[in-house]
Amino acid sequence: MQALLVMLTVALIAFSLFQFVGDPVSNLLGQEATQEQRDALRKELGLDQSFVAQFAAFVGNAVQGEFGLSLKQGRKVSTLIAEAFPATMELALAAAVIALTVGIPLGVYAALRRGRPLAQLVMALSLLGVSLPTFLIGILLIMVFAVNLQWLPSFGRGEVIDLGGWTTGLLKWETLRHLILPAITLSLFQLALILRLVRAEMLEVLRTDYIKFARARGLSERVVHFGHALRNTLVPVITITGLQLGSLIAFAIITEQVFQWPGMGLLFIQAVQFSDIPVMAAYLCLISLIFVVINLAVDLLYFAVDPRLRIDDAKGGHL
Amino acid sequence: MSAASLPPSRWRRWLASDLLYAFRRSPVAMLASAIAAACIVCALFAPQIAPHNPLDLASLNLMDALQPPAWEEGGSRTFLLGTDGQGRDILSALFYGARISLFVGLSAVLLSVAVGVSLGLMAGFLGGRVDALIMRVCDVMLSFPSILVALLIDGVGKAVFKDASDGLAFGVLIFAIALTGWVQYARTVRGSTLVERNKEYVQAARVVGVSSLRIMRRHVLPNVLGPVFVLATIQVATAIITEATLSFLGVGVPQTSPSLGTLIRVGNEFLFSGEWWITIFPGAMLVLIALSVNLLGDWLRDALNPRLK
Repeated sequence: MQALLVMLTVALIAFSLFQFVGDPVSNLLGQEATQEQRDALRKELGLDQSFVAQFAAFVGNAVQGEFGLSLKQGRKVSTLIAEAFPATMELALAAAVIALTVGIPLGVYAALRRGRPLAQLVMALSLLGVSLPTFLIGILLIMVFAVNLQWLPSFGRGEVIDLGGWTTGLLKWETLRHLILPAITLSLFQLALILRLVRAEMLEVLRTDYIKFARARGLSERVVHFGHALRNTLVPVITITGLQLGSLIAFAIITEQVFQWPGMGLLFIQAVQFSDIPVMAAYLCLISLIFVVINLAVDLLYFAVDPRLRIDDAKGGHL
Repeated sequence: MSAASLPPSRWRRWLASDLLYAFRRSPVAMLASAIAAACIVCALFAPQIAPHNPLDLASLNLMDALQPPAWEEGGSRTFLLGTDGQGRDILSALFYGARISLFVGLSAVLLSVAVGVSLGLMAGFLGGRVDALIMRVCDVMLSFPSILVALLIDGVGKAVFKDASDGLAFGVLIFAIALTGWVQYARTVRGSTLVERNKEYVQAARVVGVSSLRIMRRHVLPNVLGPVFVLATIQVATAIITEATLSFLGVGVPQTSPSLGTLIRVGNEFLFSGEWWITIFPGAMLVLIALSVNLLGDWLRDALNPRLK
């Protein structure tokens, strides 16, 4: 319900954007057109209808992915987005994988070895990871690995393979190399966040009674730490990571700009710079859809991981 | 009457406060506030301190362009941190840039505190539909990352006012950043207002016939401001980074008044030809400001948290 409301509000904002572009009729016909021609075109475009009817038509088109032509490139917005979508998804997923596979183990380590110099170093670095702006991380990585060491490419995606509408750079080393720096840049903030979260949750859980009881039962430290403690730590971690997947796509705007990665973010930034309203509107709607879907998925996932919620539901509770 | 029986002055109370005591025992807090203070002084007195005026186009000389920092080969004493592609002194540009960054960051935080605190007070004190509506809006705002919201508002603002004056462009930018930050204040203030609302002093004020608005402003507000203060400190860092990011993306401050983000954006183009100092120094300045403010905020949160004492 709330999801639907959000989508409608966003659509309304996107729709009202078009009101600022100026009168499309005079743009299309030019100065010399007669009043009849204007009226005819106005009717043809549906501009003589009420605001509500026009908005309904816009939503109808938007649901089918139809946003008209890009003002800057003169191509269909849906095609532009479809071309850029795989690039952004690949980048965001790669970053999420890095953040999880590095962040969780480091977080566990920092919790279990609290106070050791190495754990403190990890925490200090993570503070830096949270404070450093994404674009600065990108610039630093480019400076070190692309300019000074010349190990990795610093912009673009390389020659990607087209798999029937979905382009991928994951299958070849040549294109995979292009992914490394942007993915690390995008992942660092999330990595630091996950690390700190896992550590905090882990410390909290280790203090609880059932951990003491598990120890009292004579279970090995390994089982206690990974079987009992880590497992209960994962519920909030999953929520946050899931919610962060959305912000990965949002932060991808910055990373894509730094590395000139041909994804949706770069498309959007260029649209903002040129006031390319159809592209902006389409991006706005798509990103909110992604967010709404992610929020919904996290709710469901939460449900699957935490058995207490299921019992509540069986008693007639609500999600 | 002797002086000793007078209530202690504000200054004396401050000197004897726990906060100052905690501050003097924490090297991190002292270092962070020293750095933050230094940055603020540099920004505030940029026209007096800076060796050159980077905004004065007449003083620029293309012969000075792309000079490395003084300690590198080919650097000169006149330009301690080198110059950019147009012969601007990086050190001076840093001071002026920090001035703009701090101005935008602080204004945005002030605006979002004003909006957030008023809405939070209203939601908590009035309750009912007002509360439900405000909190629902908060939920929606929270489900989007702040940088995205700021970018969208700023982008839409740019599209609407196509040839805006510099003043208006600053206004839109500050508004965009402020609109992403108010939610946290609103939620915090609402929470503490809900607690305060049922306390005796509020009921006493009601019985005497004080109006709701006055109770909110004069009686409840001072009691819910503590956490807001901590949040606002941390938010200054966030706002400055958001501003830098937007300026880096080319949709932030107007080109005529470069902030730290703009400097980084400009310097980024020179990175590949080896002129690293044009980007790195503004970047370092940004990190220094953000990190010191963050540390200060963290410390303040711990120091004011009664549970940790």
